[in-house]
Amino acid sequence: MSLVSLTGVSVAHGDHQALENVDLAISPGEIVTIVGPNGSGKTTLLRCIIGALRPNKGRVERARGVRIGYVPQGLSIDPTLPLSVKRFLSLPRRRRDADVSAALEQAGVAGLEDRQMSALSGGQFQRALLARALLEKPELLILDEPTTGLDQPGSADLYGQIEQVRRDTGAAILMVSHELHVVMSASDRVVCLNGHVCCHGTPEIVASAPEYRALFGTGTRGALALYRHEHDHSHSHDHEHDHGHDHGHDHHKDHQKDRGTHTHA
Amino acid sequence: MLDDFFVRAMLAGVGVALAAAPLGCFVVWRRMAYFGDATAHVTILGVALSLALGMSVFYGALAVALVMALVVSNLTGRGYAMDTMLGVMAHSALAFGLVAVSFLSGVRLDLMAYLFGDILAVGKGDLAVIWGGAALVVALMAWRWQALLTATLNPDLAWASGIDPKREQMVLTLALAVVVAVAIKVVGALLIVALLIIPAASARVLSRDPETMAVGTAVIGVASAMAGLWVSLQYDTPAGPSIVCAAACFFAASATFGRFSLRH
Repeated sequence: MSLVSLTGVSVAHGDHQALENVDLAISPGEIVTIVGPNGSGKTTLLRCIIGALRPNKGRVERARGVRIGYVPQGLSIDPTLPLSVKRFLSLPRRRRDADVSAALEQAGVAGLEDRQMSALSGGQFQRALLARALLEKPELLILDEPTTGLDQPGSADLYGQIEQVRRDTGAAILMVSHELHVVMSASDRVVCLNGHVCCHGTPEIVASAPEYRALFGTGTRGALALYRHEHDHSHSHDHEHDHGHDHGHDHHKDHQKDRGTHTHA
Repeated sequence: MLDDFFVRAMLAGVGVALAAAPLGCFVVWRRMAYFGDATAHVTILGVALSLALGMSVFYGALAVALVMALVVSNLTGRGYAMDTMLGVMAHSALAFGLVAVSFLSGVRLDLMAYLFGDILAVGKGDLAVIWGGAALVVALMAWRWQALLTATLNPDLAWASGIDPKREQMVLTLALAVVVAVAIKVVGALLIVALLIIPAASARVLSRDPETMAVGTAVIGVASAMAGLWVSLQYDTPAGPSIVCAAACFFAASATFGRFSLRH
């Protein structure tokens, strides 16, 4: 039973065909990443799923009563609007203080309740958005370029946090990202989008697919190998796929230290 | 008590200030100042039509403001930017209104009252309209508050929570039309936006949450109305502009105080 499924979805913005005949289904608990060049319809696809866009053709079906948490891309809060973190998390549904605190802690920014949103750093801001999405108790967490504006360690931290959330809550995660190497290796499935679905499958399959290489070149393959160890640690109990950990690699050690939550089988 | 023209003026000013407070905050947050200006200007056409047809100015102004809002929101995005459309609509409606008024004999003086307000001439019927409109706007804002705030932050954030941001935009547009229609008698079409924006801008630096800003805006708006009317009575100055001057003084004070408290 899919949480969300798209069947033959096409969206046109005026003359421009943003999406054409896209099929996609998200199952409970999986991490799906959408990659694609700029203008490939990634955000359009997410907007169809949250109901902001109605496709010209095709169907978007959501499981009955499915709870979706959404982290938008590049949210900026107008400086004329005073807004504390606590108040932000209570939009549009009022939340209890205890729930707000718990969500902030789960997102890795405990104790920020009374700070102004405008006073947060880039990383704190994205985590506040994540905390707000978590308050929905989502079965599906949708993140549109969640690491926009973060440096590399910041991005890696945030992705680590997102994986942690998946481990804690079992929510399915649908993500759009530019950072192919980091994100792809943390995903169960990757969908390569360029108006239509070019190719999809496990990160390894997509990374070696000719369609993917035509879009992104082969340069990211080395990086993919480098970050492979990130691939979903919660699967340590059912190791049917080979993680191929490259323990000799320096970057690997650095990374392990940074993240500090590795449990290698 | 209502027989005293000054008491009626005070009540009218306070009513408009209360209605303008929550809406003024959204006008500031969503940068709708020009939209407000345009809505106010087109009401002059509504006033002219009402006077010609011998109907209530309130309903004429309200109807024209609503029509403009609908036309602008439908035409925007079809090759015209919002401010271009507003500029076309507002100034042509104002011009048509002024020309139309010239065909009506004996209303030239009345028109001045609608451009600059005539709060000291507010009657009991006007008071009923003002407080009715204010109650409607405040109730509407309170009912939609959470959804409006979410839609103001980000339209997609609203969609994801099952809120239609276009519907919330319509709520604001409707409320704006009502406030403009009830405020036209108090401060006049040319100064309505000042009453929306200046108290909200003054409250900004003193606020940490949207709600405190809305309450602060109401307090400053009511204080401006009272101070302006008092000055107007003491020194025989025009009432509407005096209210706006009072609000401007509050703004100057809060901007200074805000900067001071930021520095320390």
